Amino acid sequence: MLWEVEVHSKSPLLDHAAKLLVSGARQLGIGGCARAATAVGWLIEGSLERADVERLATEVLCDRVTETVRFDRVGGDTLNRGPQGLGTVLNVLPRPGVTDPAAQSAMSAMELVGIRPTAVRSLRKYWLPQLDQADLDCIAWKLLANEAVHEVVIGPLAITQLTRGTPWNFSQTSVRLEGLDDRSFEALSRKLCLALSAIELSTVRDHFQTLGRDPYEIELETIAQTWSEHCCHKTLGSPVDHSGPRGPVHFDNLLKETVFAATAKVRAALGKDDWCVSVFRDNSGVVRFDDDHDICIKVETHNHPSAIEPYGGAATGLGGVIRDVLGTGLGAKPIANLDVFCVGLPDTSPHDLPAGVIHPKRLLDGVVAGVRDYGNRMGIPTIGGAVAFDQGYLANPLVYCGTVGIMPRGTAETRVQAGDFIVVAGGRTGRDGIHGATFSSEELSSTSEAQSGGSVQIGHAIHEKMLVDFILAASQARLFHAITDCGAGGLSSAVGEMGAELGARVDLDKVPLKYTGLSATEIWISEAQERMVLAVAPGDLDSLVKHAVAEGVEATAIGQFTGDGKIVLCWNGQTVGELDCSFLHDGRPKILRRARWNKSSFTPLEWKDQPAGSAQDLFEKMLLDLLSAPDVASKEWIIRQYDHEVQGTSVIKPLLGPGSGPADGSVVRGVLGQPRGVAIGIGIKHHLGRLDPYAMTAVALVEAISNVIACGADPSRIALLDNFCWGDCRTEEGMGSLVEACLACHDMALAFAAPFVSGKDSLNNVFRGTDSSGGIRELSIPPTLLATAMGQVADVRRAVTTDLKMAGSVLYLLGSTGSHFAGSQLEVLGGVRGGHIPSIDTVACNKLFHALAAAMQEGFVSACHDLSDGGLAVALAESVIGGMLGARVELGCVPCDGTSDDAKHCDWVRAFSETPARFLCEVPRSSAETFERLMHDVPYAAIGEVTSHDRLEIIGVAGDSVARVTIERLSDAWRRLSMRF
Amino acid sequence: MIPPRVIILRAPGTNCDHETSHAFSLTGGLPTRVHIRELIENPKRINEFQILCIPGGFSYGDDIASGRIFALEIRSQLGDLLEQFRDRGGLILGICNGFQVLLQTRLLMADSHSGLPLASLAFNESGRFVDRWVKLESQPGRCVFLRGVHRLDLPVAHGEGRFVTMDRSTFSSFEAAGQLVLRYSNDSSGKSTNPNGSEGDVAGVCDLTGRVFGLMPHPERFVDATQHPSWTRRSDNGGCGAGLVLFQNAVSIFS
Repeated sequence: MLWEVEVHSKSPLLDHAAKLLVSGARQLGIGGCARAATAVGWLIEGSLERADVERLATEVLCDRVTETVRFDRVGGDTLNRGPQGLGTVLNVLPRPGVTDPAAQSAMSAMELVGIRPTAVRSLRKYWLPQLDQADLDCIAWKLLANEAVHEVVIGPLAITQLTRGTPWNFSQTSVRLEGLDDRSFEALSRKLCLALSAIELSTVRDHFQTLGRDPYEIELETIAQTWSEHCCHKTLGSPVDHSGPRGPVHFDNLLKETVFAATAKVRAALGKDDWCVSVFRDNSGVVRFDDDHDICIKVETHNHPSAIEPYGGAATGLGGVIRDVLGTGLGAKPIANLDVFCVGLPDTSPHDLPAGVIHPKRLLDGVVAGVRDYGNRMGIPTIGGAVAFDQGYLANPLVYCGTVGIMPRGTAETRVQAGDFIVVAGGRTGRDGIHGATFSSEELSSTSEAQSGGSVQIGHAIHEKMLVDFILAASQARLFHAITDCGAGGLSSAVGEMGAELGARVDLDKVPLKYTGLSATEIWISEAQERMVLAVAPGDLDSLVKHAVAEGVEATAIGQFTGDGKIVLCWNGQTVGELDCSFLHDGRPKILRRARWNKSSFTPLEWKDQPAGSAQDLFEKMLLDLLSAPDVASKEWIIRQYDHEVQGTSVIKPLLGPGSGPADGSVVRGVLGQPRGVAIGIGIKHHLGRLDPYAMTAVALVEAISNVIACGADPSRIALLDNFCWGDCRTEEGMGSLVEACLACHDMALAFAAPFVSGKDSLNNVFRGTDSSGGIRELSIPPTLLATAMGQVADVRRAVTTDLKMAGSVLYLLGSTGSHFAGSQLEVLGGVRGGHIPSIDTVACNKLFHALAAAMQEGFVSACHDLSDGGLAVALAESVIGGMLGARVELGCVPCDGTSDDAKHCDWVRAFSETPARFLCEVPRSSAETFERLMHDVPYAAIGEVTSHDRLEIIGVAGDSVARVTIERLSDAWRRLSMRF
Repeated sequence: MIPPRVIILRAPGTNCDHETSHAFSLTGGLPTRVHIRELIENPKRINEFQILCIPGGFSYGDDIASGRIFALEIRSQLGDLLEQFRDRGGLILGICNGFQVLLQTRLLMADSHSGLPLASLAFNESGRFVDRWVKLESQPGRCVFLRGVHRLDLPVAHGEGRFVTMDRSTFSSFEAAGQLVLRYSNDSSGKSTNPNGSEGDVAGVCDLTGRVFGLMPHPERFVDATQHPSWTRRSDNGGCGAGLVLFQNAVSIFS
């Protein structure tokens, strides 16, 4: 018997979903949808009487204060009448097999009142006025549902049972590779979604030739997962011949000889003071924190899944990186999250969207909601992030998620022992996320949504929270030897990695499943979420399982690490696949790539024509336009949706002061009640990506470092992370730009003695599709390196924020200003073209970092803001907004190494140029003299003071006022975009 | 003088248990985090404690509604264990999700005959989760936790915090009974800081004994001066935060 329960809000005022539907329909240009009503629905299957369902409806599913409820058999009369006389009903259900956390929770709640249904599915119901089919479809698919995870039923439901799988009939399939030519290999790779090249497939064929057979499907899948770009830095780790502006160079392994090498050199130079603990080996990078703790960090991307299903993609992206930290050493406790999104412009016309692409605004709403719902439920503060806008991200949005963790010292090293049980813990395995690893290595197309729907996962945050609670308790009791997360590639990657040296035997029939019907291969490569794999000594297994049960977590032994160097896969005792670890991990053919990058050509600075007006009007307009530019504008609408204070450790929050101004970086305490803090800063310079990938990378890294220095971090203990998101790297130029970025990483790490501790890449972010007129359209992202800096603050009570504190203080500018407008916000706005690409004098910059840190340590700096997008004027405005205090500065005092022809342009350079590594500092008058003494070795100048007036006042080089803008106008401009969301 | 023992009752998805324990520790209490499964298996364990706190989080994902399943579990598996605990002098505190849970038990605002809740915490008026700091005013009356508290700043972080009652007269009777002890107030510019559209700006309520108290704001997130978003503007950076007094009040009853 299948029952349906509907829960309605008592008052239409409480029906938020209806309000969103009506406004969404209006935005889509659909008339005639001025009213709507919605309900939460539940499909409940089982041999239940009407009285049982009534109890469930009233005691479990409905809040009697705010809601009403009605129920009947599916299709029954009670459910026919729409509320408020609305005639059309639209049902949105998760597709069968898609994770339905609400239904799982509801089922366990129902058991509490002693009623046990056999299956439950959640749904949302929407009632609308009469509309034509096209409008209904549009509302359904553009507003309410996503094809990748939902099904939509317009009109009353007519289903009679909730689908369940049927058992899989064992069969073993070989894949014939003999006699295939390159084109057939490529066709085969596409058909099976393997993302393997012809050369790689021929290597596989040769290997199996020596064994005298063809590979089984499960073996080929294992190889495809292990050799995927996602799992093994295939491109970055390859040999490269590069011809760049500094001459030709050859790498045997690009990543090893640039990023890794820089870290090795920094560590060697530190000698016995080396504070790196475990870098580029584990699931995250680990460094020393205090006498008792190490801290670790990882940043991941989840771009392709988020392009198709923003909510689920972003949520599981965050879920995955949290598990990376949980799966580091013997398990680290996640203490902070960060997220960065790169999307198309929010005011993109719907007509300019390529087919199959989600509008940037809906996409942003979705990814924010995904991070919010997952991060908040996990109880991990989301303390930092950014949103970068560029039309290059229209079809290939980027979603970066990062997590910081803390662990007891001495637990970073792990070792799997032969004979250890392989234990899978957490969520059950389903058909979700099949081929995620290989899918993420492919290009997107307009049919990706339909083709790869299976690769989209939906997360279940509470399962992950329970898993964290269990793992941390088991870790404290030392009940396992090693742990890793089940991410891309599922068990095949996790077990493959852990057993890379010893080998493993896995009984796939023992893996707990969400529903029957999965084949052995599907079980092996499923990317179902919220699972971890542990290596457990036989004597500890019982105790480990007890710990799991105490937290409501399922933990199951599914095999053993063997010691024979083979991965052996079994189904009911019968071997269904066998692979040599050495071939799996070292057999991948290395392909020499050619790369080329010509020196970025310098285009002289060209000021664009400005509308007529006084110099002050023009300047003020530029400033206000910059403040409301999408990259710069307040992200308060996002930040407030994230819990950034849970765990009670936040010290520098993302919004600061009475005016909620922006922070440079964020600081959290490592341990509650202890003074030592972790500072996180990020840098992203996407507008420079196409112009000069070396500069883009270097500036992003310096910005990330500057952001943590500005909070009070120690410049001699900064760990870096790189996250490369690139377009097509199969061309010489694409590869060349990647090499240039790697070189910049190497150089900056050495210059600042800041080692890279972890990183990740997502390549081939190219979209091929058709536009509205049917033409082929290819969209590639700008090369984008997200730099993350993790610093340490010795005593958080010395941390510094950006908001101005006290009228009468002196405002200093540290660092010299050049004419750097290439890739600047002013250039994006169209105010200027060309100009110098920012370059970094690393020696001067390093001196500056140390001098500033020393001044902060002494407590001389009451506010500090790193100059970034929009230059000095924007930084000033932001500090004014945060502190709700005025400021008066003279541009004539700004240390400047550029020259300009006239006073107006001279002012603009000083105000809006984006020369990296500069800081605005507020220093109480009483400390000014000592502050200046500490700055003797760096370019600096007192440029003005904090005032008690309600405005920002800027005096030009000619001595006349170029801006007098009230705090309110600055604040309104800065918040304009946030108000639209 | 024996410091009181505090049971921090948690369920899957509870996530403010560590900082809540920390807050009790700072005031001399002896907190222990206990999983609801443990208490169901051994209900007598509650006799070891004098204070019970249900901390914030998303118990069971708040999947049907916030706090629903945890409350159902307490009602169906623990019977009137918590009522007995209160009746023998125990204190009960529900913070955020804990408040949402308490409202759905018989402990705070239930109909005396049916035992069903008369008030609820609905979705925020904005329809969104919100993390921000609010200004609060207290009229402690008999509420043990708020003794001596008049005004304080605390953060809220919730999606479902809009206090609503069955009807206007229910609200009035709670008001008359002095149960609406904590309310959102205005900031210095006179703007309301009510973050969720709560009826009567209600942020926290107590029962008729004053020993059971639930609130949406997070006092455990302001036990140290550096937790305030404007701490760098204040002179007293080494001190404690205004939320600590709620825990102090509870602990001091027993010591």
